[in-house]
Amino acid sequence: MRRLGLATMVLAIGCAPAGSSSAGGSADGAEPPERFGFGSPASAERVAMWDIDVKPDGEGLPPGSGTVAEGEQIYLMHCIACHGPTGTEGPNDVLVTQEPWEEWPAGRTVGGYWPYATTLYDYTVKAMPQLTPGILTADETYAVIAYILYLNDLVPEDAVMNAETLPAIEMPYRDRFVPDDRTGGSVIR
Amino acid sequence: MASNNRSPISRRTWIAATSGAVAAGLIKTQADAVKLVAQEAPTPPDDPTKVPGRFTSEVGVRAPEERPRRLTRSQTLSSSSRTPLQELQGTITPADLHFERHHAGIPDIRAGRHELLVHGMVERPMVFSMADLKRYPSVARTYFLECSGNGGGAYNRERMPVEITPQALDGLLSTSEWVGVPVKTILNEVGADPAATWILAEGADAAVMSRSVPMEKIMDDSLLAYGQNGEAIRPEQGYPLRLLLPGWEGNASVKWLRRIEVTDRPTMTRDETSRYTDPLKGGLSRQFSFFMDAKSTITFPAYPYTLPDTGWWEVQGLAWTGRGRITRVDISTDGGRNWTEAELQEPILPKSTVRFRHLWNWDGSESLLVSRAVDETGYVQPTVQQLWEARGERTAYHNNQQRVWKVGADGAVTFGLGDLV
Repeated sequence: MRRLGLATMVLAIGCAPAGSSSAGGSADGAEPPERFGFGSPASAERVAMWDIDVKPDGEGLPPGSGTVAEGEQIYLMHCIACHGPTGTEGPNDVLVTQEPWEEWPAGRTVGGYWPYATTLYDYTVKAMPQLTPGILTADETYAVIAYILYLNDLVPEDAVMNAETLPAIEMPYRDRFVPDDRTGGSVIR
Repeated sequence: MASNNRSPISRRTWIAATSGAVAAGLIKTQADAVKLVAQEAPTPPDDPTKVPGRFTSEVGVRAPEERPRRLTRSQTLSSSSRTPLQELQGTITPADLHFERHHAGIPDIRAGRHELLVHGMVERPMVFSMADLKRYPSVARTYFLECSGNGGGAYNRERMPVEITPQALDGLLSTSEWVGVPVKTILNEVGADPAATWILAEGADAAVMSRSVPMEKIMDDSLLAYGQNGEAIRPEQGYPLRLLLPGWEGNASVKWLRRIEVTDRPTMTRDETSRYTDPLKGGLSRQFSFFMDAKSTITFPAYPYTLPDTGWWEVQGLAWTGRGRITRVDISTDGGRNWTEAELQEPILPKSTVRFRHLWNWDGSESLLVSRAVDETGYVQPTVQQLWEARGERTAYHNNQQRVWKVGADGAVTFGLGDLV
């Protein structure tokens, strides 16, 4: 872009040699390349180190597993201070509800609102616990998710969460989420 | 100010300071004397033409009487602060007053060590340093950023105080000149698969805040921004690198950007499922509601201002739309019965704020000031009743209802709760 600007300026003052410049060209006559090549190749190890997100179909979930009982211990150690003894007391986000979503959701709780169980893994492994994010192992993360799902009546007490079972959970309100239908124009949506 | 009001104290201060300092050997030159007085003067001179002024400085500061401040609500890790809309001029937000929204605090990142990883459905996964990114052809564009929760408080009137400033209500809105590299330039560099339909953008904060963004937007006008209003992006706005999605809800413009994964489906992160989805009547919830629709608000006169006098006043405010350009702003002084077209300050930039003005001859009677923005798609900023009808009465994101300001017979201005005709 800078080179185009220079070329335009040279033309504007009327001293450019004939044929030295064209739209998209540059002052020294070279066309910008298809690719510039600035940056470095990312190794597979480098990608693996940061590629920690989890997709709704389970892509990205690591090996490992955890049970509801193990998760209760993790919850008591790492989560209870912010989310309360049963996941309903706060002071931070309420995680659990037994109230159904009828006209309006009872809250943005896991059982009452969240459309995908895999989001629990993606979020917990990245952002929780809030003051020491990222310290939970894969097994611990699966376990605490199992416990939160259990508190929401979404899995039984003997449930085991792993890369196969977590994405298979059908969250009750997934179909309530609809794409944005606002389009601008005269209709208010 | 009249020179006969000259304070004897400042003269005494000058004499005492200079004579004492000369005696102590602290003042060797005239410059030393000027510096000493300028630094130590407890009050401004009554006549600035009679006292030498300050020297140049490496970093400027605001005039002592000008103290615009962000409004912070709580000192928690996931929190926000709001831009003092009623104290600003023009459309550009000073970078230190840009609104904030953080989900796990502001990370301490050094640009020299920050890298952007781009991978997924690409031919060549690559890592870019800030120096790499700055070597690519850059663009500068002026865009607003607005949190989709901005103004949500006004949607539910029962919870809404009338003593509320434009800042407290709508201050999650700021406008900057952003400088950076089009994201499509970098996707071209890594050889993104044409079959890819989404990206995942991920931040380097302690929430590793991440959002999925449709490829169509990325290839349209999205930026990898590193500059803001002539300098590096502030830490609160994503230093050293952020995604910038013009006209879309602020949360999706991921700050402290460290990773872009090119993919063929949304990741369904917490902040695009549990949060930033908009419950609607009928038991539904709107997802990926990215666009910020046309909106405006009067910033003067507004609470806490009191008009001291009847007569001519210039009603001012800001209008903006995420769908392109604002084409018109209408002003009503009678709660929406009658409308007059406001003057729009050129240039009207797409996906940026525009300042509107309307000369109003106030007769001293109680008045309801309303602004109504129209954008290039023909969209007219709706009343709250229109939004309730379309969405139900219990949502809060994307509340762009017409704002009403009530001017009392005593000149006091309050938010016009429940007063729109």
